[in-house]
Amino acid sequence: MSEVAIASRIPLDDYAALLGEGEIDELRVLAKPLRGRSIEMINSTAVGGGVAEILNRLLPLAEELELNMRWDVMTGGDDFYGVTKAFHNALHGAPYHADPKDFEIFLACNERNRARLPLDAEFMIIHDPQPAALIEGRQKNGNHWAWRCHIDLSHPNRAVWDFLDKFVARYDAAMFSSPEFSRSLPIPQYLFYPAIDPLSEKNRELESGFVARTLAQYQIDPLRPILTQISRFDRLKDPVGVIRAYRIVKRYFDCQLVLAGGGASDDPEGAVVLKEVLVEANGEADIHIIELPAWAPLEVNALQRASTIVIQKSLREGFGLTVSEALWKKKPVVASAVGGIPVQIIHKHTGLLAHSVEGAAYQIRFLLSHPEIAAKLGENGHEHVKENFLITQKLKRYMTLFLAMARAK
Amino acid sequence: MYTTETPFEFFTVSYLTRIGNQSASTLAEFLKGLQQCSDASIFHHTFQTLSSHHFLTEGFSNDFAQWAHADASREDLAEQLAALDVRDYLSIAALRGDLCRVVGDYCNEHRDFAEQTALERFYFCESVEVTLPFGLTARTLEEFRDGIAHLSHASFYFHFLSSRLRLQLQTNDFSHWLADGLGLGTLADSVNHIDIYTNTLDSARAKVLRLIDRERRKG
Repeated sequence: MSEVAIASRIPLDDYAALLGEGEIDELRVLAKPLRGRSIEMINSTAVGGGVAEILNRLLPLAEELELNMRWDVMTGGDDFYGVTKAFHNALHGAPYHADPKDFEIFLACNERNRARLPLDAEFMIIHDPQPAALIEGRQKNGNHWAWRCHIDLSHPNRAVWDFLDKFVARYDAAMFSSPEFSRSLPIPQYLFYPAIDPLSEKNRELESGFVARTLAQYQIDPLRPILTQISRFDRLKDPVGVIRAYRIVKRYFDCQLVLAGGGASDDPEGAVVLKEVLVEANGEADIHIIELPAWAPLEVNALQRASTIVIQKSLREGFGLTVSEALWKKKPVVASAVGGIPVQIIHKHTGLLAHSVEGAAYQIRFLLSHPEIAAKLGENGHEHVKENFLITQKLKRYMTLFLAMARAK
Repeated sequence: MYTTETPFEFFTVSYLTRIGNQSASTLAEFLKGLQQCSDASIFHHTFQTLSSHHFLTEGFSNDFAQWAHADASREDLAEQLAALDVRDYLSIAALRGDLCRVVGDYCNEHRDFAEQTALERFYFCESVEVTLPFGLTARTLEEFRDGIAHLSHASFYFHFLSSRLRLQLQTNDFSHWLADGLGLGTLADSVNHIDIYTNTLDSARAKVLRLIDRERRKG
C-alpha cells in the first residue's frame, strides 16, 4: 500500500495568532459534521511538485480537526510517467501525436492501481490526469468522487482531452484553479485555489540577519532596489522577457535584477533555457542569475523578503503560487495576466498586471516612483492571500465541498 | 441589563464558487450574461465578493465594476456599476434589473464600445452556500457583544450583510435582533448605518462593538 505518512503535526492554534480565534473555531464548526467520515486523496507523487507540497501541509491540519483523511499515491513505471508527462504537455497545448499504445499504458496502470488502492472512502479526491481513470473502480456505496485538476486546460490537445473527458464526466464534481481552465462538462465545476502555508519555511517570518546573509551570499546590494522573479528556468516563465523589461527600467532607476530558480540541473530543457538567459544577461553585474537547488525554501523566502518588487512575467501559468508567496510577504507584484494570476492580482488593488515586456517595465517604473502605492498594494495583497489563498482556507473549501456534496445526494 | 427570551443564534457560512457556463469578452456579451445568469451568480459577484475582498476599501465595489474598469477599460461604466450599493436591494431581481439597465444604457449610448474585445474575459460564477450554527447564542447585550467579538469574517458577513436578502428588509440580523429582541432601536439604526464599502469586515466589527459598548455604558 502506498499511503503517505505525514511526519509533523501542525498545532491548529499556531494559526490562530495569524488568523484570529474566530477563523480557527469556524474550521472546527465545519469539521464537526465530517468527523468519523472517511476522505481519501490520491495523486501521483509523494514528493516534488505543488500538489504533494500542499497535501503535505493539508493532512496534518485535517488531523488537527480530527478528520479521517488519508493520502495515497498511485504507482507506475517509467513508461506510465513518460506517457503522463506527454499528456501533461499536450493538455497545456504542446504538440502531441496520439499513439493508441500511450492510452493502453495509461489505462493498464490505472487498472493496476484500482486493484491496489482501497477507493472506499466516503469522499474521494483524485488529483490531476494521472489517476483520473480510477473512477472506474467506483464502488456502489454512494460515495462521492471529485476530480481536482491543477493544470491549465484552456487550450488542451483534443485527442488527450477527449480521452480523459470520458472519465472526468463520471465524477460528481471537478475543481479548477481558474474559470478559464474549466471545460464543457455535465458535472458541477468549482473554483479551487492552490494555497500557501504561512508557517512553512518558504513563508514564515525570517530573522533579518538571515535575509542579509542570503543577499551577501549572492552578492546582491541591499541598498539598491531589487527586482526579483522566482521561477524555474522555463521559457513559459519568460526569463528573457524579464531581463528585457529590467533593461528598460534600468534606464530610469539604478536597480538590480534577481532571477532565481531551479530546474536547470535535472531538466535538459531547463539547462538550455538557463544558457539562453545567461546569453541575454551578457555578464551584466546587476543581473543576478541564481540556480537554486530543487528545494531551497529558506533562500526563496529570503530573496522574496529582500525584494523591492516581485515579478511574475509568465507567458502561461497554472496558478503561480509564487505570486501568493510574494503577496503574503507584503511585496508589490507586477505579473502577467495569465492563468490563475489575475485571481491573485486584482489590478491596481493587490498588484499590477501587464501584458507585454514594455507593460511590465512601465508598471515596475510606476511602483519604483510611487513607493507609497507599492506599499499599499503589498498590504492589500497580504490581506487577499490571508482571506483566500492560505492552507487553512483550502481546508475550509474542501470541507465545504464535502458538506455540499453530501447534502446534494 | 438588556435581555430577551428570544436568543440570537450565531451562524457561519462557507461558500464554494461554482464556475458557470457563461462568459463575456465584450460589453454586449456582458449584458447578455447579466440578463441570463442565475441569481446565485448575481449574488456571487456583488454580495459575496464584498466578503472575499472586504479588505479593499478604496475603489472596489463589485466584480462587474472591476471588470469594466480593469479589463474593458470603460472607466465611466465602471463608476456607475460601482455606485450600486447592495444594501439598497431587497432582492437579487431588483439588483439585476439595475445592473442590466446601467450596462444596457451604456451599450446604447456607446455602440462602438459595446463590441470591443476586453483584455480578459469575464466568467460568470455562482456561490454555493453551506451554513452551520457557530455554536454561540446570546440572550443579553453582553453575550451578544462577546459573540460578535469572537466571530469569523464569514460569520460576521453572513449576519451583517447577506442577511438583508434573507430578511427582505433594509436591515441586517444584528440590527433586527437589537431592535426586535432587545428594543434598542437607536443602536440598531446606528449599526445598520455602518458603511461596508469603506470599512473592512474587521473595522466594521470594531465599530459595532464600540456602539454596543457605548450603549452598555448608558445602561
